Amino acid sequence: MSKAHEALESTTVEIDDPVVTVQDLSLFYGPTQALFDVSLRVPEKQVTAFIGPSGCGKSTLLRCLNRLNDLIEDVTITGRIELQGEDIYHPAYDAIELRRRVGMVFQKSNPFPKSIYENVAYGLRIAGINDRGALDAAVERGLRSAALWDEVKDRLQNTALDLSGGQQQRLCIARALAVEPSVILMDEPCSALDPIATARVEETIAELKESYTIVIVTHNMQQASRVSDYTAFFYLGRLVELDHTKRVFTNPRLQQTEDYVTGRFG
Amino acid sequence: MRAFFRSGDPFIWLAGSALAGCLLMIAGLVTVVVVNGLGFFWPSALMRIQVLDGTVVYGEVIERQQVPDKDGAHRLQLKIGNRDVYGLDFRWIDESDIETRSYPADAAVFERLEWGNANGTLEAVSAGADTLARGATAWAVLDSVRQITDDLASRIHDLERNHMGAVNAEIEAVRMARRRLQLQGSTVEHESIVQLDADQQQLWARYDSLSVELTSLREHSERFVAWLRLPGGDLRPIPVAHIVRVYRPNDMDVVAKGAVYLSKVWEFLSGEPRESNTEGGIFPALFGTVMMVILMTLFVVPFGVLAALYLREYARQGALTRTIRIAVNNLAGVPSIVFGMFGLGFFVYGVGGTIDVLFYPESLPTPTYGTGGILWASLTLALLTLPVVIVATEEALASVPGGLREGSIALGSTKLQTILRVVLPSALPGILTGVILATARGAGEVAPLMITGVVKLAPDLPVDGIFPFLHLERKFMHLGFHIYDVGFQSPNVEAARPMVFTTTLLLLFVVLALNLTAIVVRNRLRKRYAIKTI
Ligand SMILES: Nc1ncnc2c1ncn2[C@@H]1O[C@H](COP(=O)(O)OP(=O)(O)OP(=O)(O)O)[C@@H](O)[C@H]1O
Ligand SMILES: [Mg+2]
Repeated sequence: MSKAHEALESTTVEIDDPVVTVQDLSLFYGPTQALFDVSLRVPEKQVTAFIGPSGCGKSTLLRCLNRLNDLIEDVTITGRIELQGEDIYHPAYDAIELRRRVGMVFQKSNPFPKSIYENVAYGLRIAGINDRGALDAAVERGLRSAALWDEVKDRLQNTALDLSGGQQQRLCIARALAVEPSVILMDEPCSALDPIATARVEETIAELKESYTIVIVTHNMQQASRVSDYTAFFYLGRLVELDHTKRVFTNPRLQQTEDYVTGRFG
Repeated sequence: MRAFFRSGDPFIWLAGSALAGCLLMIAGLVTVVVVNGLGFFWPSALMRIQVLDGTVVYGEVIERQQVPDKDGAHRLQLKIGNRDVYGLDFRWIDESDIETRSYPADAAVFERLEWGNANGTLEAVSAGADTLARGATAWAVLDSVRQITDDLASRIHDLERNHMGAVNAEIEAVRMARRRLQLQGSTVEHESIVQLDADQQQLWARYDSLSVELTSLREHSERFVAWLRLPGGDLRPIPVAHIVRVYRPNDMDVVAKGAVYLSKVWEFLSGEPRESNTEGGIFPALFGTVMMVILMTLFVVPFGVLAALYLREYARQGALTRTIRIAVNNLAGVPSIVFGMFGLGFFVYGVGGTIDVLFYPESLPTPTYGTGGILWASLTLALLTLPVVIVATEEALASVPGGLREGSIALGSTKLQTILRVVLPSALPGILTGVILATARGAGEVAPLMITGVVKLAPDLPVDGIFPFLHLERKFMHLGFHIYDVGFQSPNVEAARPMVFTTTLLLLFVVLALNLTAIVVRNRLRKRYAIKTI
């Protein structure tokens, strides 16, 4: 058994029946290594939070899960990532299909310069679905799941750019949900929002947990402890500890984790 | 003093005066053009001058200026017309030589198809050997006779342009078909050639009968003659059919003058040039300019946008793309005449010559596409404005936030879908800015056109009613070249001068109109695709 696995044994909780399995993942931006032998499992229909100091590789890992790093030139990846048992970096694996199954919400909300309706319908349209009824249904379902329906149902044809920041972020969530992914990745979805908008998004996450697997990156310890079931702590490109959120925040295995979550460094 | 410099005021003043200087120069230019250009059509009073040496002239005062070397003395420049009699349209008369001046109410200006204006009084109107009217009643009769001749003129025009033009085109087509068969080795006895010869005979017969009709119409209309009493006392005939417009400026109020003004403006905009472009209208040039700009835009936009898309979205960013970018930028600084020469060598002789050999061998050695034409001119200008479009598009693409692309990709769209559905719409306003700049540059460019298809006179528009309706191989007229031609190549410089201003004014209007259209379109798109982030 390799050293990494020993570390895994000792600092991560056993997770049965994972949706996503990461094994010995290392990632290089050109010559610089950003992730070092990361191995973890993401449990199904639970919220997993990634925490850690800035630059420790949380976003990088998240973007590996839907192969968004493919867009960046000069990225080298070693190791293995499985989604429901399939190797997503296998040459025969279809990245487009993967991204339909793994949705993503970004730190900066990025609605398209189109109407609210077209924003939510976008994922279906590019998949070739143009049937009005199907689109209407998907748009309503997405907006309802993202708790935005009541606010925008009367102005679906207005431009999405006139929504408030919090509404835009929930629109981006709705957009990701409309294609019915099984996993949703959220990279600091609330960092640009005020406390009320943040609360709305957190409520949304709590509801989504019923039917989706969620991975969320956050710098906000309270948020992590409020919304997540599991928490993974990263440091300098390495996974340090992964456990039930309650345990990470009350009784972590490592001193380093305790220092970080209690704000003594970071 | 230090406080003054620290306040920043000197710099504000410097910058402000630079702007004011620019605005003043532009305003001055536009004012000169507008005043000279718009004033030209106003019918000015016709002054009767009796000179000390005994001659009498009717003239419009064009200018009054000091006589060189004579203190206080002034002289007048008069447009006296009657070039067929005096040899000149314009004459300078020293004020000290003038015996009397008056503005007789019956002094009239006859604008003619040939020989410019004739100034004088109407004496009589005749048809053949009969005198129809004399003296005061002549004016009313002239009006009704002009209706007849105008009618005849439009019938003649229709006959020449449409019927005979069509027969001509058919004869030419048959001749070409015959040549083609012969080139393919058919002998004169071959049945299809015999058939063609028969067709040819029939067409010629039709042409001849049309000619006969034309001649009789012409003769009919030439019978009507207006007799003009010149200021000197001589009587001169003017065929009524040659009269474009006639008016008595000294006997008209502002409303009547306004009507003449508008009819002159309309003739200028919609008519064809006469008298080696110094008179008449400039419609073919206006049409050619607009059509050339539109064609150029159709060529340059897809080409430039695709090139920029590849450069920005697909090409691996590195030394090579940087070099290409610099090269494209520098292309914008190449003198336009160089593009013209390239267009002549590559498009006209290269591509056009090859097309002729391959598809039009029967008309050689007369070139079809192997000579300048509106197609080659617009392609040359498209090449010239390509850098503007590429650079603007690249910048517009670069300014589309990366988050939008990632958002689209993360939803499972391909790169192409992302570009078509998100990137391009967001970049559209910026791309259109580039198109506006390119259009403005293309509309104002003359030098490369002079060797790729613009000519002094091309009454056959590139679009007409004869199959295949769009004749991209035809030569065309252009406002910019028209200005150059009328201003510097004209045999009658004095008469041509106002034409330079009016044409310049029109060119400014065309550029303005094209730009405004593009700006309106852009602003609409901008509203629709405005990119705002929280
Ligand atoms: N496109 C890139 N090219 C090169 N290096 C990169 C790139 N993106 C990230 N990095 C580097 O990889 C490391 C991890 O970055 P990453 O964005 O994953 O950190 P993070 O944990 O998400 O930080 P933050 O909390 O500030 O968002 C950093 O050192 C960063 O500089
Ligand atoms: Mg990050």
